[in-house]
Amino acid sequence: MADMQNSPDNLVSTPSVPLKPLGKVVAVTSGKGGVGKTFVSANLAAALAKRGLRVLVLDADLGLANLDVVLNLYPKVTLHDVFTGKAKLEDAIIRAPGGFSVLLAGSGMVEYSRLTPEVRDDFLRIMSGLVPHYDIVLLDTGAGISDVVLFAVSLASEVIVVATPEPTSLTDAYATIKVLVGQQKRQNIRMVINQTARLGDGRAITVQLQQVLDRFVTTEPGRPVKLVHMCDIPADPAVRQAIMRRQLMMQSMPGSPAAMAITQLAQKVHESMVRAS
Amino acid sequence: MASTHSASLVELDQLRLEDARSLLGRNADVKLPEASGSALLYLQSVIDGLCELSLKDPLTGLVNRRQLNAVLDRTIDMVARSGDPALLLMLDIDHFKKVNDTYGHQGGDLVLQAVAGVLSSCVRPMDTVARFGGEEFAIVLPNCHAFYGGTIAERIRQSIQDVPIQIPGVGPIHITVSIGGAYAPEWVRSTAKLWIERADVQLYRAKHEGRNRVLLDTQQEIFVSAEEKNMLFGHLALGEPAWIEGGSTDGAANAAGQRVN
Repeated sequence: MADMQNSPDNLVSTPSVPLKPLGKVVAVTSGKGGVGKTFVSANLAAALAKRGLRVLVLDADLGLANLDVVLNLYPKVTLHDVFTGKAKLEDAIIRAPGGFSVLLAGSGMVEYSRLTPEVRDDFLRIMSGLVPHYDIVLLDTGAGISDVVLFAVSLASEVIVVATPEPTSLTDAYATIKVLVGQQKRQNIRMVINQTARLGDGRAITVQLQQVLDRFVTTEPGRPVKLVHMCDIPADPAVRQAIMRRQLMMQSMPGSPAAMAITQLAQKVHESMVRAS
Repeated sequence: MASTHSASLVELDQLRLEDARSLLGRNADVKLPEASGSALLYLQSVIDGLCELSLKDPLTGLVNRRQLNAVLDRTIDMVARSGDPALLLMLDIDHFKKVNDTYGHQGGDLVLQAVAGVLSSCVRPMDTVARFGGEEFAIVLPNCHAFYGGTIAERIRQSIQDVPIQIPGVGPIHITVSIGGAYAPEWVRSTAKLWIERADVQLYRAKHEGRNRVLLDTQQEIFVSAEEKNMLFGHLALGEPAWIEGGSTDGAANAAGQRVN
């Protein structure tokens, strides 16, 4: 196998040039996996739908999608079928319990774990077809800073970084922010700190991250990076319960502290969209 | 449903065990109990022995391709969720055809066995050394930091180069290996095939650039320096503003220059 004829260059995907981000598209990402990114996406979508918005969640975690698990949905047609031309886009969009629409990646997306020109084109085609039909499109991206994740985030006008107070999560969130600032020249990054122990912890963390950024990350003059603290989601047994029962917390336990935090998050996201338009 | 606890349902002499017995008999690693004892115990030993054999390469005693694939799949799943780096090294003996042509196939076999021995002694118990096929080997190193991957691969290359291999009637000879490596993609589900492909591309480059060298797939890496980390959560050690309660701090995160990717 060592003497394969393929030139190494053939296997290297072309780097993505950041495109003009689409309005109304919000990417939810995180440096580290397992910090509650998909949980935030799904429940934020439900909270935004409650505010009367037409919301679509697009499972952009192409390699490791588990939005289907969170929502307890097993559609017959997925994004994979749309990409491969087996199904029409409108057939892959389904109604989630929280009153919003979802487009699930489905299994079989392994080949999309690398950003090839084909994946890029498929994704762009689908996004441009979808965006006009919704008030807001949430991109539930994968964790980390792979080229697929960065590409998905580059399509969004707003980016929300989800982190927990754990040092590993903070370090990875910080690294992600550095990349978003360096490669995508982002100025505003919205922070959601999940599983906080005490009120105010999340804000303190965002302030700390901002200080480290100010000191270590140089940006173009007059274009400082601003981390916008959106909300703390308190550590709440209701979250675990909802996940274990595979229900949307916004539906099953709307009065829980975590659900109230997400309601607040939805309000801020909505307000920032109104301001931007 | 037949109970698996009832040994009396199976009589050993009704089974055709000759092939399995002779296969296991030829392998010194597998010890079968006396057939006169418990039939259940005996059968279990036969099954265990056959499983053991089916995962190993008979010449080198290393893990074979079948078991390697299982290890790769499991490692990919772990890395996809945990983000802990895992390195795959593909190694190929340089000019092996010349070894065979000069010292015969027995000489070639001795070289393969010697390389297998060196490789096994170079890695941690948690690592997997496999014979991939022919003169190609694979090593899976879970939890292998990007900082150390190159050093480990280089140590392996050096060890192979340094070790004299005794060929009867000829004396000691020295051989070299080319090594290509790639890290498992973090946070995404991928396939063993893609992973091997990426390591193989590097191996191909190593061969092309003159052999006896190590090349690793460089993936996008963002370094967070110790200074940055210190400022991020250094005050945790001082015990003030305690964001984190219940001892959820991860010591590894404080290691200097941790790659977060």
